[in-house]
Amino acid sequence: MFSVFSKEIHLFFSSLIGYIVISVFLISIGLFMWVFSDTSVLDYNFATMDQLFSIAPLVFLFLIPAITMRSFAEEKSKGTIEFLYTKPLTSFEIIAGKFFANFVLVSFALLPTAIYYYSVYQLGSPVGNLDTGAILGSYAGLFLLSASFIAIGMFASTLTDNQIVAFVLGAFLCFFFHWAFTYIARMPVFTTTLDLFIQKIGINYHYNSMSKGLLDTRDILYFFSVIFVFLFGTVTVMENRS
Amino acid sequence: MSVIVQGLTKQYGSQKAVDNLTFEVRPGEILGFLGPNGAGKTTTMKMLCCYTQPSEGTASVCDYDIRTSPLMVRKNIGYLPEHNPLYDEMYVKEYLQFVASIHKIENKQGRISEIIEMTGLGKEQNKIIGTLSKGYRQRLGLAQAIIHDPQVLILDEPTSGLDMNQLIDIRSLIKNLGKRKQSFFRPTSCRKFKPCAIG
Repeated sequence: MFSVFSKEIHLFFSSLIGYIVISVFLISIGLFMWVFSDTSVLDYNFATMDQLFSIAPLVFLFLIPAITMRSFAEEKSKGTIEFLYTKPLTSFEIIAGKFFANFVLVSFALLPTAIYYYSVYQLGSPVGNLDTGAILGSYAGLFLLSASFIAIGMFASTLTDNQIVAFVLGAFLCFFFHWAFTYIARMPVFTTTLDLFIQKIGINYHYNSMSKGLLDTRDILYFFSVIFVFLFGTVTVMENRS
Repeated sequence: MSVIVQGLTKQYGSQKAVDNLTFEVRPGEILGFLGPNGAGKTTTMKMLCCYTQPSEGTASVCDYDIRTSPLMVRKNIGYLPEHNPLYDEMYVKEYLQFVASIHKIENKQGRISEIIEMTGLGKEQNKIIGTLSKGYRQRLGLAQAIIHDPQVLILDEPTSGLDMNQLIDIRSLIKNLGKRKQSFFRPTSCRKFKPCAIG
């Protein structure tokens, strides 16, 4: 597992992929948080990081499928998948190695936002007047959300050998699992009876619940289940290659 | 017995790619596959490397069954696939390090320089794989197949698309390997019958 992991990490940072992903994420989040007057913390007059946590899923929706699209689609189109699958490596090792490499890359994009926390902390009046608990919960939610998106994106990548198809499919599945259930639940047919249940299928509900700073084991379990289901799908698809 | 194949069959939909194939290869033997396009040479090799599952029949490599212990089979096989897929964006040495770490080779650096020496990659060892010429790519493909000193070596068209000089180089390299190794298995598919390709 570690050999695949380090190979992937090496490829991210020896090519432009890693740097582009990190800078695009930080620039777009930075613009929303500090520059654009509609959403800027400076104009908002409250010491919060809500902007970061509401915009980040949207940025990840495009960024994570862009990272994961190459995971298997590229290996398949180049034929290197035959190289990997004729080496003494199990499907689990290959997929886990790729999963953790993708996760580390996304974490590298997320970690510098700790500076934003420090800035907002210092800007508060009095200094330090912000809800640290909620922010920690939101970070935990965001890490779990990005891991779920990675699992979904990798699954999409196994279904095709075309990277563009993998990207579009990955972005759609991420969108569907994150937001669609919130809106489906609002359809008149479901109101009063099933709406809460349907909302709970979506990632958004659990992400918001964690944003409140409440680390509910049910939410954590939900995220782990999503990750497990999609990684299991990834293993199944890869095992059934003919 | 290095390789035992019994009644191996592969069915793709309605097309039978390999039909009830049976043969054996003893240690030290060199075997060549000859046949027209679509005869099932590559499919057979893919099944032996546990890349695809046979529809029927079975095979064993170094007493490990390809159905029940694919990992042990892959450990004992060095495989050069048909189109020699390589990671173009990696450096030659970096790639060999990656392969060595997959095989958990001890004394990685020593083995890598030994392999580079053996395959004549010395001059190209600090280049990016994407910039290598066809002949050197083939040498690198061979290098990754032999780095872990496998009991059985399976090479799929190792000399295809090479010019005469490269052909002679690669062939002598493979021959030298065969002398040093205990068991050596080299199916080579030939589009036209090339006596040289059997080794």
